[in-house]
Amino acid sequence: MLDNPATALTILVLSLFIGVEVITKVPPLLHTPLMSGSNAISGITIVGALIAVASEEPFIKTAFGFLAIVFATINVVGGFLVTNRMLAMFRGKRERR
Amino acid sequence: MIPAELQQLAYLAAAVLFIMGLKGLSSARTAVRGNALAATGMALAVAAALLDAGVLNWQWMLAGAVLGSGIGALAATRVQMTAMPEMVALLNGFGGAASALVAGAELQSYWSGADAPGLVVAAAIVLGTLIGCVTLTGSLIAFGKLSERLPGAALRYPGQQLLNGLLALFVLGLGVWITLEPLAAGTGYWLLVGLALLLGVLLVLPIGGADMPVVISLLNSYSGLAACATGFVLGNSGLVISGSLVGASGLVLTRIMCDAMNRSLANVLFGAFGAESETAAAGASQGVAKGYTPEDAAVIFSNARSCVVVPGYGMAVAQAQHAVRELADLLESRGIRVQFAVHPVAGRMPGHMNVLLAEADVAYEKLVEMDDINPQFAETDVALVIGANDVVNPQAREAGSAISGMPILDVDRAQHVFVIKRSMNPGFAGIQNPLFFHDNTMMIFGDAKGVVLSLVEAVRAY
Repeated sequence: MLDNPATALTILVLSLFIGVEVITKVPPLLHTPLMSGSNAISGITIVGALIAVASEEPFIKTAFGFLAIVFATINVVGGFLVTNRMLAMFRGKRERR
Repeated sequence: MIPAELQQLAYLAAAVLFIMGLKGLSSARTAVRGNALAATGMALAVAAALLDAGVLNWQWMLAGAVLGSGIGALAATRVQMTAMPEMVALLNGFGGAASALVAGAELQSYWSGADAPGLVVAAAIVLGTLIGCVTLTGSLIAFGKLSERLPGAALRYPGQQLLNGLLALFVLGLGVWITLEPLAAGTGYWLLVGLALLLGVLLVLPIGGADMPVVISLLNSYSGLAACATGFVLGNSGLVISGSLVGASGLVLTRIMCDAMNRSLANVLFGAFGAESETAAAGASQGVAKGYTPEDAAVIFSNARSCVVVPGYGMAVAQAQHAVRELADLLESRGIRVQFAVHPVAGRMPGHMNVLLAEADVAYEKLVEMDDINPQFAETDVALVIGANDVVNPQAREAGSAISGMPILDVDRAQHVFVIKRSMNPGFAGIQNPLFFHDNTMMIFGDAKGVVLSLVEAVRAY
């Protein structure tokens, strides 16, 4: 997909800038949910894990991919769920007021 | 198999949803929706990856996903809010492990094929493995310290930095060699994995418990950068974007934490903070701190109009957040205005105190940031410090102490200061706190939860 490393590097640098801009606006109040939420997003590596498992050769690649799927899904599922649990506590207060 | 362009677009849409999700975290009102947007983005990315991967070995995919989802869901619903730093540390580590495994898997397939990876791909494989492995074991050590399975104090020995430096240099050299000779590097790769895992352990061991907010933030960043590296390995823009978003997030948090302690990152990672605490603290006695009872405090509260509560790690350890809320409600019912002042590095991770207070149903409008609350202390009748120490140490305003220049909460400017603390032991910085000896300070010794509950009793009875 990304044949040209320079393109990938361009995307990397620009995304870093977006990341810094967006994250700087997150108030300290929500820093813990931010961390667990970004944990979930770093579970994006599940994409690579799925592709690795679906290869014909060699078996060790499938095994690596399988373990990667397990770890990445813990991150994705655990990360989003626990973030939601925390954020619901913050929101709950406001609605009751 | 769907056209590559369509897949690209799906990853782009996922990345946009991640960014919008993170933007949603800019206010508590929009945050839940932001999290849902990010989760939708992830579902989209997984769907695109599944279409790309096809049905080969689907049993493995299903088994891995079921196992991972089960563990993740169980952990997310069971974990106590006080244990959130441990949970995030583990998730950081797992993210690093997943990325290292993906990078390793790609190397395996180059080994079994005829083609060698290009220079950039080879370098990305090495970096993904290296960062991922360091993140994994570094996070496990951080988890051990946070959950007190390991001693929380900084573990130091002579020659430590030299050893770590030499190991890091050797690992980097090995990485360069594997990058140049990826197909010949069979044993070299496994050596790299082993040494990177070791390096993660050795780098985090010398860092003390109260510096964990910085360490967790940094490892958070690493887990993103490792994912980013696998994006280069696979030539996948979705991974590059998402990984760098997480990398940037961790870096921003790391900087905020370092600024809140007025220390450089290098000082946190390599400085000997907290290591000499016992010796440094012994000599510095500044008189006798007087212990008071909750009943004494109730007398003061009966004349107070305003109270600022300053929570610290002691509140988390004692699980005192619900008792604190009860006290705050009681004080408010007596016409006392109650606010909460949260220092950025209070607790063991960024935002730790806010989550605990939110769990106990404290309205987030009452949580005031340091710069906004500090001017108000002079007009505050009672500052109630619960298990915090270094973040309220007035020595930070003077030169020549270990915490000089660190921004603090100016509780000593309040009319009365109550400090709930287990003992007179110095805080993490290992220096005595003159606040405890001030004329307007009342020390109430004991476990935070027990003391706060007896405060509730005493105020009710008064």
